[in-house]
Amino acid sequence: SKTRNSFVSQVQNLFTGRSSIDEELYEELEEILIQADVGVHTTMGLVDELRTIAEEEGIKDPSKLHNVFKEQLEDILDRGADDVYDNHRLTILMVVGVNGVGKTTTIGKIALRAKQNSQDVLLAAGDTFRAGAIEQLEAWGTEVGVDIISHEAGADSAAVAYDAVQAAKARDKDLLVVDTAGRLHTQDNLMEELKKVHRIIDREAEDARVEVLLVLDATTGQNAISQAEMFDKAVDVDGIALTKLDGTAKGGIILAVKEELGIPVKLIGVGEDVEDLQDFEPDAFIDALFAE
Amino acid sequence: MIFEGLADKLQDTFDKLRGKGKLSEKDVKSALREVKLALLEADVNFKVVKNFISDIEERAVGKEVMDSLTPAQQVIKIVNEELTDLMGGTQSKLSIASDPPTVIMLVGLQGAGKTTTVGKLAKHLHKNGRRPLLVAGDVYRPAAIKQLQVLGERLDQPVFSMGDKQDPVDIAKAGVSHAESNGRDVVIIDTAGRLHIDEELMGELKDIKAAVNPQEILLVVDAMTGQDAVNVAESFDDALGVDGITLTKLDGDARGGAALSIRKVTGRPIKFVGTGEKLDDLEPFHPDRMASRILGMGDMLSLIEKA
Ligand SMILES: Nc1nc2c(ncn2[C@@H]2O[C@H](COP(=O)(O)OP(=O)(O)OP(=O)(O)O)[C@@H](O)[C@H]2O)c(=O)[nH]1
Ligand SMILES: Nc1nc2c(ncn2[C@@H]2O[C@H](COP(=O)(O)OP(=O)(O)OP(=O)(O)O)[C@@H](O)[C@H]2O)c(=O)[nH]1
Ligand SMILES: [Mg+2]
Ligand SMILES: [Mg+2]
Repeated sequence: SKTRNSFVSQVQNLFTGRSSIDEELYEELEEILIQADVGVHTTMGLVDELRTIAEEEGIKDPSKLHNVFKEQLEDILDRGADDVYDNHRLTILMVVGVNGVGKTTTIGKIALRAKQNSQDVLLAAGDTFRAGAIEQLEAWGTEVGVDIISHEAGADSAAVAYDAVQAAKARDKDLLVVDTAGRLHTQDNLMEELKKVHRIIDREAEDARVEVLLVLDATTGQNAISQAEMFDKAVDVDGIALTKLDGTAKGGIILAVKEELGIPVKLIGVGEDVEDLQDFEPDAFIDALFAE
Repeated sequence: MIFEGLADKLQDTFDKLRGKGKLSEKDVKSALREVKLALLEADVNFKVVKNFISDIEERAVGKEVMDSLTPAQQVIKIVNEELTDLMGGTQSKLSIASDPPTVIMLVGLQGAGKTTTVGKLAKHLHKNGRRPLLVAGDVYRPAAIKQLQVLGERLDQPVFSMGDKQDPVDIAKAGVSHAESNGRDVVIIDTAGRLHIDEELMGELKDIKAAVNPQEILLVVDAMTGQDAVNVAESFDDALGVDGITLTKLDGDARGGAALSIRKVTGRPIKFVGTGEKLDDLEPFHPDRMASRILGMGDMLSLIEKA
């Protein structure tokens, strides 16, 4: 996948292709960052900081500055990334996000992974709203070979969550993954519904660990900040799965999300197949961010 | 939010300059810098922004602006006019074949909203006296066919499917013949989401096009799309010759700068916008509203009126 294929990096060319640090370098760097969806605000912040460091430390060599820049990015992305599955009691993973970002697919992928790690997995069809959503999750359940708890289309999703948590406890499962309907973060009533589902899970979970995974689509631009902000406010997001990185979108917006909200990226989606899930690796991501 | 309204920022910039009497070219340029940042914050493509700004610079540094008592409003007005202009007129019309059935095909990235839009278009067309047939051409995504069937049931309109084991090209062809023999006058083909760089799947779309010769190929684009929108739109347009765009998920708080980028790189009209998950949530595209939205200025029109 393209995450690995970044020998000719735009940024590398930028820093090695000149003998001195000039204003043009900073401007070109800004262009590259903005074109990777890093966003105006974060881009300006990063470049201003770089300028200050260069001046204060008297850095004259562009390649030295390149290293400083890499460290800046790694600093943002590195903090606090623990694995979602690494645990021994029941973990309940609630998967949330706006419409069409890849929640249900990511759940299928997570289920396979957990199963391969010898975990006993249960899925909950908490999206009772979208046409065909239950059948979609059922298809993943069948493909991966894990059980699924579902109610009828149109049923209360909090009731599905309630039943699923009871079932997970009764059947001594290691991991319960709860799908939820896609919803725009601006829809107050739907965000209230999500909070209710979260409350029920929390309440019924007892000593199980509850995690909220926000799915963001790498194709998304600046709106991802607003999404992360509002979902975090509603249900306290623990980590992000960044999907669709197999396309040409760079997903630079997660730099802004991490910097402003401190939510770490845990997983990346790199395709539609069940194996197309990887751990997030900051180095590889940064390389890919600047690949031609 | 990080983003303050552009109107406020411009007003600030000009307020500071007001004491100086007349504005200089430099003053206007610095105001246009705010416009540039606003467009970038709205996800308008970087290169598109660059060209756009240099185009309007010529107009904005003209005498009418600099001598005006309300330069902020004048600049906004020019930017808004140019943006609206660039986004084209209102064209929510679909071309209808003189010899039915009319074939409409929806294409786009994964999760953009194609299947939902098939349902919305069927409803829209049915209301206008047409007899649509929905064709389930996505054989890859789990339960994609089921999703379309549920929408068909809700609308009480027929869905043509051959399951998920047949070639989408054959399904499309059979769907059109089915429409012909059953008196359906519009065929709306749902296709699987795909990446614009996936040559094999892009080839499949070309084959469908060649097989059924659609009147309308609509590219469905998520309004939240960032800088990549231009690559996507260009690739689909190069491969297929897109007839129009539908911009979905405009019911959120995305500024929707992708609309501008796509319009600029392809020149294709934006025909519809999706404003919700329900099948009624389809509206004609309004260039002027989109311009205000991209600039982040709900109150812009009233500002302009004061100018
Ligand atoms: N290329 C690519 N496609 C993906 C990836 N993840 C998901 N998809 C596709 O994106 C589309 C939407 O995925 P879903 O899993 O249905 O998304 P969702 O968030 O559950 O959607 P809603 O429930 O409707 O809100 C499907 O066509 C998936 O196959 C990925 O990593 N790469
Ligand atoms: N809020 C909102 N949601 C929408 C809109 N249009 C579609 N959706 C939602 O977006 C999600 C994806 O829509 P689909 O119609 O399944 O998208 P698709 O392009 O067919 O997806 P794939 O077939 O997987 O490529 C679903 O949850 C839809 O309900 C819209 O205008 N507004
Ligand atoms: Mg889903
Ligand atoms: Mg679909």
